[in-house]
This record gives sequence, C-alpha cells and structure tokens, in this order.
Amino acid sequence: MFYRENGQFKTSYAADQQIFPIAQDRIAILAILLLAFVAVPLTVSDYTFQAVLIPFLIMALAALGLNILVGYCGQISLGTGAFMAVGAYAAYNLQVRIEGMPLLLSLLGGGLCAMAFGVVFGLPSLRIRGLYLAVATLAAQFFMDWLASRAPWVTNNSSSGSVSAGQLSIAGWVIDTPAEKYLLCLGLLCILGLLAKNLVRSATGRNWMAMRDMDVAASVIGIRPVYAKLSAFAVSSFIVGIAGALWGFVHLGAWEPAAFSLDRSFQLLFMIIIGGLGSIMGSLFGAAFFVLLPLVLTHVPHWLGLPLSTASATYIEHMVFGALIVFFLIVEPHGLARLWSTAKQKLRLWPFPH
Amino acid sequence: MMLKKAALAAATAALGFGALTAAPMVHAQDQFVPLLVYRTGQFAPLGIPWADGKQDYLKLVNAKGGVNGVKIAYEECETAYDTAKGVECYERLKNKDGGAAGFDPQSTGITFAVSDKAPGDKRPIVTVGYGLSQSANGAVFEWNFPLLGNYWTAADSIIQDILKKEKGSLKGKKIALVYHDSPYGKEPIPLLQKRAEKEGFQLMLLPVTAPGVEQKSTWLQVRQQRPDYVLLWSAGVMTPTAIREAQATNFARDKIYAIWWAGSDHDVKDIGAGAKGYNTVTIHNTAERDKVHDEVKSLVYDKSQGTAANVASVGSMAHTRGMVISMLQVEAIRTAQEKYGKGKVMTPEQVRWGLENLNLTQDRLNALGFGKILRPIQTSCSNHLGTDWSRIAQWDGAKWNVVSDWYQGDKSMVEPLVKEYADKYAREKNVKARSCN
Repeated sequence: MFYRENGQFKTSYAADQQIFPIAQDRIAILAILLLAFVAVPLTVSDYTFQAVLIPFLIMALAALGLNILVGYCGQISLGTGAFMAVGAYAAYNLQVRIEGMPLLLSLLGGGLCAMAFGVVFGLPSLRIRGLYLAVATLAAQFFMDWLASRAPWVTNNSSSGSVSAGQLSIAGWVIDTPAEKYLLCLGLLCILGLLAKNLVRSATGRNWMAMRDMDVAASVIGIRPVYAKLSAFAVSSFIVGIAGALWGFVHLGAWEPAAFSLDRSFQLLFMIIIGGLGSIMGSLFGAAFFVLLPLVLTHVPHWLGLPLSTASATYIEHMVFGALIVFFLIVEPHGLARLWSTAKQKLRLWPFPH
Repeated sequence: MMLKKAALAAATAALGFGALTAAPMVHAQDQFVPLLVYRTGQFAPLGIPWADGKQDYLKLVNAKGGVNGVKIAYEECETAYDTAKGVECYERLKNKDGGAAGFDPQSTGITFAVSDKAPGDKRPIVTVGYGLSQSANGAVFEWNFPLLGNYWTAADSIIQDILKKEKGSLKGKKIALVYHDSPYGKEPIPLLQKRAEKEGFQLMLLPVTAPGVEQKSTWLQVRQQRPDYVLLWSAGVMTPTAIREAQATNFARDKIYAIWWAGSDHDVKDIGAGAKGYNTVTIHNTAERDKVHDEVKSLVYDKSQGTAANVASVGSMAHTRGMVISMLQVEAIRTAQEKYGKGKVMTPEQVRWGLENLNLTQDRLNALGFGKILRPIQTSCSNHLGTDWSRIAQWDGAKWNVVSDWYQGDKSMVEPLVKEYADKYAREKNVKARSCN
C-alpha cells in the first residue's frame, strides 16, 4: 500500500546504491527536511526550541558519533562525556583567545581537538577489547573531569571554573533567537549525518563492521586493524566533539565541568542501545526517546490533574523511564531502529500479507 | 497487531508533543512566581526545607490576602541541581501567566546559564546568598540580584571572626578551604587569596569531587598539614561526611567554619554531639526565630496547608532562608506596585525595578515579622546586593546558637574584586555597563 515498489526499476549502479532506493522514502525524507527547515521555525514556540528540539538535535549528533564507534566498529566507549568536553572547551578557548575567530571554525576546531584526544585514548583498543577497553575509555572521562576542574588554562583562568560562550555569529548572521540556534544545530546534524551515512556505506564503514564482527578474520583478509579502529575513534570523536561544543555554546550558554560528567557518557550509551546499535536512524530515535520522554513524563501528572508533589513526580518519572527502557529492550533487543524497519517490512505487504 | 501498536504509539507521542507545545493558561489576576527547586538528587537534604520555606511564605502571603489584593500563583519545577534541567525549567516557566516575576535558581551552575539568557528575556534572577559574586555590580548585571550577601562577603566575615579569635593577627597561620569542586565551591577563592596576602596566612586549597561522599584523602591532607582552621564550602551529603571525617582525624569542630548552605539543622542533627562546636556563617541572622514563624504556623500549618511534611522543619535554618527569599521577591513586587499601580499584576520588568529600589527599613521588617532575622536592606542601580550582614552560629550538640556579633564584608576587600570581575565579565560578554547617575 505505502511501500509498493513495483515499477521502480534500477537501471544503473548509482541508482541501485543510493541512500534511499525506494521512491516513497525519498519523498518522505524531502518532506521531513522541508518541515524541519521551513515549517518548524515558523510555527513552533520558543520553549519547544529551547527545551525540546535543540537538546534533541545536539544529543542526536552526539549519539550519531558514538554509534560509529560502538555500533559500527564495536569499540565500547564510556568516555563520550570527555570527548564532548574536549570539543566544548577547545572551541571555547579558540573563541576567547583568538580575536574575531569565526564560530564555525571554532566548532570545527573543537571537533578536531576532540578527534586528536579520541585517537590518543583509542590507542589501547589496539591491544584490548570489550569490557577492558570500556574501562580504558573511562580513564579518558576521569582525566578530562580532572583537567577541566584543575587546570586554569582550560577555563581561561575563570575564578569559578565556569565558562560561558560569547555571542554566536556566522559571517554577519547573529544567532540569538531560539529558531536560529535550532537551524544551526539542524544544519550541522544534516551535514554530519549525511557524511556519517556515506562513510558507513563505504569501504571505511565496511572495515569498521568487519572489525566489529570478527577482528581476526578481518585482519586475515587484509583489513588493517590499526587503521580501522583509530579511524573509527577519530571520526566518532570528531562528531561527538562538535556536539559537545554545540551543547556548551548553543544549549547551555555557560557550563561547568559537571555538564560533561560520567552521567552524560552513560546517557549517550543508553541512547544508542535503545535506539539501535549500528544504525544512523537509531541514533536519532534514541536521542528522541531520551530527550522527549522525561519531558512528557513530567507533564503527564499535570494533564491528569494529579496533585503530585515535585519530588514524587520526579521519582515516578525515573521509575517509568527505567521500566520503559527494560520493556523496549525485552521486546526488541535491537532497538527502536529495528522496530522501525520491521514496521516498514510489514507495510510493504500490507494490507495483503502472504 | 503490530501496526495497531505502532499507530497507538505514534498517536500517544503526537499527543504528548502537542501538549508540550500548548500555550500556557493565563490568569490575569495572579502574579506568577516560579519555584525552581531540587527535592531530589545529591543536594536534596538542603533543597527540601529550602523549597518548603519558599512555598510556605507565598502561602502565607496569599492567606493574608496577597500583595494589595493580588494573589501569588506559583509552580515548582524540579532541577535536581542539574544545569540542563534548570535551563529547561527556566524556559518552561519564564512566560507563564504573563511572565515570571523572578527566578531563584538555587544553584550556581544554573545561575551562570540563565544569567546569559535573562537580559534578552527580561527576567530578573534573584540569588540570595549565592550566585555570581561580581553580579553585585548592578551597572553591568542589570537583571541579577545577589541580595543579602554573597560568597565573598561570607568568606570575609568568617576571616574577621577568626581574626577576632586570634587577637587580630593571622601571621604564619594555616587556613584550609575544603570545597565542593564546582563553580559554587570555587567562588570564595579569589577573596581568600587576597585576604591571605593581606593577613599573611597560608591558604590551602582542598577540592572535593562531587558529590563529596569520598573525603578520605582530603582529610588525610588536613591531618598531615594541620591547618589552624578549616573553611568548609560544601552542600548536601558532603557536609555530614566532612564533619565525620573531621571527627575521625580528630580535627577540632570548633575550628571549622561552614558557609551557610553547609550550616543547616539536617547537616548536623544526626551527628549530634559529634558536631559540637561546628560553626557556620549565617545570612544576616537566619538562625533566629521571629514572628513570621508563628504566623506561618497559625495561618498555614494549622489550616493543614503547610508544604513541609512536618511542622518541625519550620524554624530550621534552610526553611527560614527559603522564606527570606520569597519575602524579598514579594516585597519587590510590592515596591513595584507602589510605582506602577497598586493591586495590579506587575510585568517582570516592573518587578526588576522593584528589586532595584527595595528599601526595607527596620519598621517594615518588624511589620513583616523578620525584624530579628534581617537588618535593613536598601538596593540601588549600582548596588544589587543591598546590605550584607552575617553572624556566626555554633552547634551545641542539640541546636544552633548565635555566638558572634554582626559582621559585614570588608568593603576595601570585596568592592575592588566585584569591580575587577564585573569588568572582566563585561569585556568577555560585550555587555555595555549602564550609567547609574
């Protein structure tokens, strides 16, 4: 019905290898992009931008970066918060120390610094795997927490250890309204998302997946483990670093080391587990689940008119959230992305299943 | 079946999203005061009585008929002391019911984040006894009001009390600052460094990683270095942990001075006699009981409308501080009404004017039932702090006793710092200072 593919014949390799081989998908994506870039900025309230959409976009970007490393290359990382912090503090330092530094360049600079940091902390992955590697990446997290609160140059000698971003502008376009901030985050997410999608469809991505599935076999058939693993760390940290810089500059405006604590790392890891490991779409689903659900849960007692105290509402929110995570993982261990693809598969035959 | 589920899920999600973005209901006749609180998380022991106090006082104002007949509407929003959550609360409540009258974020980190947004949104930020110390400079920080005192005046008052104990000279003494490793804990450092230079004592900085349940190494350093005094900038679970560690290392509790957030009843009650001698600095005289406590009991709790689970928490220091914060916000609204129209709902800009032109005389404070708790306060365009006073209270194993006279932060110490840091902020942020003449 919705996914009738008859009549869609591919007559070239290029057509067969495109990201969205089905015409309906292409139309849907274009419609979503139009909606996101045009309709949303015109219609949505400031609160929705600031509290819902901007955190969602930035977290989606961070989850995307982490998914490349964990989902595609199988290198479990608990240091995502640290990679975000490196991105944020590096971008901040470029911004305050270099007069007239363009915003985009400092964001990219933040990404590049995070990339270098990621490669250095990715080195242990060449010798150790799995849980041991996860513990090694924890070191990155603790090192960064320590550096941000102990080294004065990281925060430009701020007496309180809290730093704040200056004015955001790109080539004369001053980004100060929530809608403009949203467009900036959306634009970056689209560009980096497309890059990531094409990377994982290319030889590089296949190297990563081979490493994930069986590294010994992969190296036997000529895939270089060093290159594959470190490139995954590099690309992942780059994207996560940019997300960190956006989190600091666009969402918080002013932040302290606690903004990128271990909790953040766990949160991102749960995001991609819930969303779906090894799927670009899954990163978006996971981020949406984590950003929207607590807000919806906060509002539920309000709509029902339940006279709940603030504390009980918060505890109930925690419990429901935890229960939902467990439920989703039992129902679909491969995450929300798999649910989505199952639904698509069903829709291909619906309403006449064989 | 699967499809039905998916459709149901999608519908639910759409519903939820719609409700998230729905416009707030407007009551034209109520003045809305948002209450950012943390009743959960690592600072909950402090946050709960604080939040109760804020809400209780607003209930008392409403029970007495509001501000010239205008009732106060309020809504709590849980931040759990987390900056991102606090920002969400701020965004959610800032435009509710015609605009939030002023935010008390209850967290230094959230204050930093919302101070960036407040001038654009035109919403006052009220940080009683915390926040950015340099925001006392009203010319640069038009929307911030660190009323009654900040960490610099507090640290300075503590040093003055120590000076008194040491007969006026601290030459060659060692003073340690054991602090929560966050902007909150680092805030007093610049002032203490200046004081150390002037008085000739050695300042030891001992950071404690949040949440502060692990302090063995910190107190090991205290045991090795044997400082003469310890200043404690802690909150929540970090405070009792520190006192117990001091007990274990045999560091005299009467040589410990805590900031007001670490000097509440719940911090020491469970330790009881073990905390005997522990000192805290108070915002003005918040260890005192006054008429306002009786009024809250008779008009709110006896009508079983009290916020706290137990009436016993009325009169505890954290609860009193909460009431003081609400009282200042309400008085700012009242001051604004005197200029812009009695019995009207004030806009946030008008409330800001009220905060900047507060003038609480002793008579007024007596009438409000805060005569023993506070001293007269007057704010102006250049001075957003009003008047800082503090006293030292000591725990005798069962209750707090005020043991010192009144102190004020030394202006020659605090004011240059305020100026230096406010100028630095203005430079970094491209803020043009207002002229206050």
